[in-house]
Amino acid sequence: MGLKNFTSVLQNPTFLRALRNSFVFTVASQILVLVGANLLALVLKNAFPGRRFARFLILLPWVAPVSIGSIGWKWILDSLYSVINWVLVRLHLVKEFSAPMWLGEPKLAMMSVILVHTWHMLPFATVIILAGWTAIPKDIPEAAAVDGAGFFRRMFQIELPMMLPIINVAVLFGVIFTFTDMTVIYILTRGGPYDTTQVLPSLAFFTGILGSDLAEGAAISIFLVPLLVAVAWLMLRSAHRAEVV
Amino acid sequence: MAVVQTRGLTKLFAKGQVGAVVDVDLESREGEFLVLLGPSGSGKTTLLRMIAGLEEPTSGEIWIGGVLVNDLTPRQRRIAMVFQSYALYPHLTVLGNIEFPLKARRMPKEERRRKAQWAADLLGIGRLLGRKPRELSGGERQRVALARAIVREPSLFLLDEPLSNLDAKLRASAREELEQFQKKIGTTTIYVTHDQVEAMAMGDRVVVMNQGAVRQIGTPADVYDEPQDTFVAAFLGSPPMNLLEAAGVIVGFRPEHFHPSAALPADEPVLKLAFRAKHEEYLGAERILYGVLEGGPFDGEKAVARMSSTLAARFAPDVVHDFAVAKKDLKFFDREKETRTEPRALA
Ligand SMILES: Nc1ncnc2c1ncn2[C@@H]1O[C@H](COP(=O)(O)OP(=O)(O)O)[C@@H](O)[C@H]1O
Ligand SMILES: [Mg+2]
Repeated sequence: MGLKNFTSVLQNPTFLRALRNSFVFTVASQILVLVGANLLALVLKNAFPGRRFARFLILLPWVAPVSIGSIGWKWILDSLYSVINWVLVRLHLVKEFSAPMWLGEPKLAMMSVILVHTWHMLPFATVIILAGWTAIPKDIPEAAAVDGAGFFRRMFQIELPMMLPIINVAVLFGVIFTFTDMTVIYILTRGGPYDTTQVLPSLAFFTGILGSDLAEGAAISIFLVPLLVAVAWLMLRSAHRAEVV
Repeated sequence: MAVVQTRGLTKLFAKGQVGAVVDVDLESREGEFLVLLGPSGSGKTTLLRMIAGLEEPTSGEIWIGGVLVNDLTPRQRRIAMVFQSYALYPHLTVLGNIEFPLKARRMPKEERRRKAQWAADLLGIGRLLGRKPRELSGGERQRVALARAIVREPSLFLLDEPLSNLDAKLRASAREELEQFQKKIGTTTIYVTHDQVEAMAMGDRVVVMNQGAVRQIGTPADVYDEPQDTFVAAFLGSPPMNLLEAAGVIVGFRPEHFHPSAALPADEPVLKLAFRAKHEEYLGAERILYGVLEGGPFDGEKAVARMSSTLAARFAPDVVHDFAVAKKDLKFFDREKETRTEPRALA
């Protein structure tokens, strides 16, 4: 493996597309995870009947192996037996023979892998954010309420800023994990259709292992390193700057 | 300015439990410094939190400035509260903390700055505005919490043991300052403490609480000199009132009213008691003498006397001395109900 591996990789349109996909996949899923986890944590931090059961349900995707979950999703989204399409057809929302091909059309396929990956990442992030919320002393939001702050001001000016360091950690782990993971994509689309959902790890795998071009596969995966270092550095810096408590 | 009134205010945290607050009727006066005093767990904080709107009453009414506030949120009640922990916002600077209540009221930035500066200067923390709470000492934090509370000129001030996190020396000066400060701004204040010295020193009136119920409301002199039941009698004063049983009543007298007979004027009607001294504590300004009464109505009961260190008399241990209490200083309590009753003759 030498320099020519890198130059050939950089000129390869499949690589450039995978690089872009990796960013789209990571950023989109992490934004969804962040928003989703905060909403879930917000619901779960209050006592309500059935809260234990709800917490159990939400933790389920985390406990179950990704591969099994993704296979379940593959069946749900499958072109022939899609459960979603079956429901949509029965509700007369789409026609039987022009039902969306969730994993067969580039945009839909990307959307599907992002959503399934979000589903998989959500529990971990929710648990971390829930812990962060629980760690805020109760009298601080109470003081804010007496000071005249409504729900949104309490949340966006007091509670979320206080949780920033912990949210940063959640995002850092999420980004690193997502950027280097290919399970969901491997099972759902294998990078297809036409490499439109190919990300760097899956491309490295297909090129290096299945395509037997180990050098080029390694060159692709080495591109992950500086990106991950940059992300880690950014996150640690912002966590340090927040310096809460 | 506003007065607070509670009617039959009760809080049960769990069904079938004794209440944390039981049937409290309270009325503050305009501009008054009202102190809630009671041992730990007597329901002071719960009562204060219900007034602030942070805890929902199980039953009863709360009125602030003539308005029934039971269904109003804390925000709508427009009061200020200082928490025991101070509850400063750790991610905001001192200025950010003080400005927060004004921001929540959507006050324009210029006016906000001006007010925050005014409150900070009033409390002498003007030079700390750029610091974060964790860079402050305990006393400075307490001032920031106070500044945050007064900055919007509330009609009612609630303080929950604001001095309990300060060390003893600072506490005394902070107490004095807080008292002066309240007189200056004249805001009706409800102040929670378990420290009777604080209560006596600061309160216009003191509300003595025990097990969620109000036992007595009165000026510091009222509750100290004329306790309405044995709980108040025993809770106030250190050492507490001597409470002795005789002839079907409980008789109380304060240690400082229990003198060597010779120290009392000859024409004063007194109850003479033979007092066998056991041991003495020398506390600098005063001496506390512990012993046992012999003969008479209280034979064998323990008693405590407290006298100034300037008193020359010495009391050898295990010797019986002639002591006496002026009749006017004896308080009588019903043996069953433990409430005050008429004075009566002792056998
Ligand atoms: N959130 C709560 N849940 C259950 N019990 C509580 C709660 N808050 C207070 N209590 C109980 O209510 C009683 C009064 O407590 P509190 O008002 O904090 O007393 P104080 O402030 O006088 O020390 C105590 O017995 C306490 O254990
Ligand atoms: Mg308390």
